[in-house]
Amino acid sequence: MTDATDIKLKQQSGLGEFWYYFTRSKGAVIGLFVFALVVLIAIFAPLISPHMPDVQNQSMILQPPAWMNGGNGAFLLGTDAVGRDILSRLIYGSRFSLFIGVVVVAIAVASGVIIGLIAGYVGGWLDAAIMRVMDVILAFPSLLLALVLVAILGPGLMNAMIAIALVDLPHFVRLTRAAVMTEKNKDYVVGSRVAGAGWARLMFITILPNCLAPLIVQATLAFSAAILDAAALGFLGMGAQPPTPEWGTMLAEAREFIQRAWWVVTFPGLAILITVLAINLMGDGLRDALDPKLKRS
Amino acid sequence: MSDVVMEGRDLKRYYEAGRKLFKPAATVKALNGVSFKLERGRTLAVVGESGCGKSTLARLATMIETPSEGELTIGGKPALVGDASLRSRVQIVFQNPYGSLNPRQKVGDILEEPLKINTKLSSAERRAKVEDMMKRVGLRPEHYGRYPHMFSGGQRQRIAIARALMLNPDILVLDEPVSALDLSIQAQVLNLLMDLQEEMGLAYLFISHGLSVVKHISDEVMVMYLGRPVEEGAADKVFARPRHPYTAALLSATPVADPGREKTRISLTGELPSPLKPPSGCPFHPRCWRATEICKVEMPPLTGDEGHKFACHHPLD
Repeated sequence: MTDATDIKLKQQSGLGEFWYYFTRSKGAVIGLFVFALVVLIAIFAPLISPHMPDVQNQSMILQPPAWMNGGNGAFLLGTDAVGRDILSRLIYGSRFSLFIGVVVVAIAVASGVIIGLIAGYVGGWLDAAIMRVMDVILAFPSLLLALVLVAILGPGLMNAMIAIALVDLPHFVRLTRAAVMTEKNKDYVVGSRVAGAGWARLMFITILPNCLAPLIVQATLAFSAAILDAAALGFLGMGAQPPTPEWGTMLAEAREFIQRAWWVVTFPGLAILITVLAINLMGDGLRDALDPKLKRS
Repeated sequence: MSDVVMEGRDLKRYYEAGRKLFKPAATVKALNGVSFKLERGRTLAVVGESGCGKSTLARLATMIETPSEGELTIGGKPALVGDASLRSRVQIVFQNPYGSLNPRQKVGDILEEPLKINTKLSSAERRAKVEDMMKRVGLRPEHYGRYPHMFSGGQRQRIAIARALMLNPDILVLDEPVSALDLSIQAQVLNLLMDLQEEMGLAYLFISHGLSVVKHISDEVMVMYLGRPVEEGAADKVFARPRHPYTAALLSATPVADPGREKTRISLTGELPSPLKPPSGCPFHPRCWRATEICKVEMPPLTGDEGHKFACHHPLD
């Protein structure tokens, strides 16, 4: 083999190939860009927010956005009913949204993958039992189930995240199980077995890395769903509790002012919409890049 | 008798299939009474159509499955699933080199895995052994850090062979190791296998669906039909003078690179019968042109001398 073919081989492999297919879709790149922006905003929230998110300014209640009549340059997106700067609250709120997404996905992926691996690898009655439980969870409308769980656990951000993770769990279990079942009878797994690999090695080192592509896609989509569900729980008063600048909770607080101060509801809603949309677009791009069945080769 | 490294006595493997709610399970006799002896440095070829039980035999020989009946011994010890001491003595090379290598592992990791599991070597020692083995099978050192998808079929099969040899086994089960490869690559891989056999004193259980490949590499041949051996013996005897009509038909299906040679191709009619409902008597009788009444009733026993046995009521001369 000459050096030229070596270089070609490197280009085709791994990250380069992934990036090639990912950038095929414009939406995915835009999604990635917006998501990166949200992450940066969340990280540098104290530096870029003009005010503290929980400082109440009694003389500046329900100020309209800066470009409107009576707007104040100090409060770019206006203020809420107790005079807090909406822009600052949104900026700090992005921290909560990302935190919710990360924690929920981490819990759901970690437990879902392990349960799915066991179900797919062991099979038999254990598989049947696990899958029936997952079917039961899936049979509930997800938000309703999350509500019930929060009602049992008590309202609060942490409990809301646990509830949402539990609601998301069956998707990961099913996906992992299906992937494991197709992989486990392949020759390379049998080869590892003949070489003496035990069940733990087979499950986690041999099989699992080959099941990751659909899981990564599902994890991205679950990330946005988690933000949405957390906002919904917050809106219903079961998620993050009031002084917290969580986007859903902000919406709930602003409910009574919808008629006379549209900005208190619009901007948190837009923030949720843009973030979720960006992550979903990114997830679609990931699917195109990671799912070999969709690849044009 | 020289050094027998693996012996199977009357091996049987049944599977339950088609169990439905109100129907009892049917039994598939995938392997129905196979005996063989494998000696150090020799090659036993197992030949037959798909569905004749040869891959089941491979699964038994590699201790992935236990026989339903019969006994398999490796180096005189009974082979049981989960016996770690015998694990490293038998290894397997699969038919499809695209499915037999983990796509997410680098070649080096694939080759080191057996050592990692079974030995306490340090990573430097493992690496040295892997590089030595890569050289032996004709791979270059820079292939160590590459992924399987960067290789051609022939190179992948070399990697698969190297992986199987990492533990220094006595026996290599070759499950149609060249049938997925190009003809020119087939010869290369077969030559490599023969060199390695000589070098390391390996015993091969070579499974194949055609006789042409087997001709060059085997010392003994066993022809199987529906889970039973129909003819077995020294390769030169079986090839020179097949006694069972099925063997003769398989042989006549082998293309010969000699345009002047008279073609006497025996074409079999019909399909391989379902192993769920094997025919009565000799399982080959519905497709055999020499079959008579007795073939439909009575199962012919394996007869003949030690070096060449066959199971037929009307053997060819």
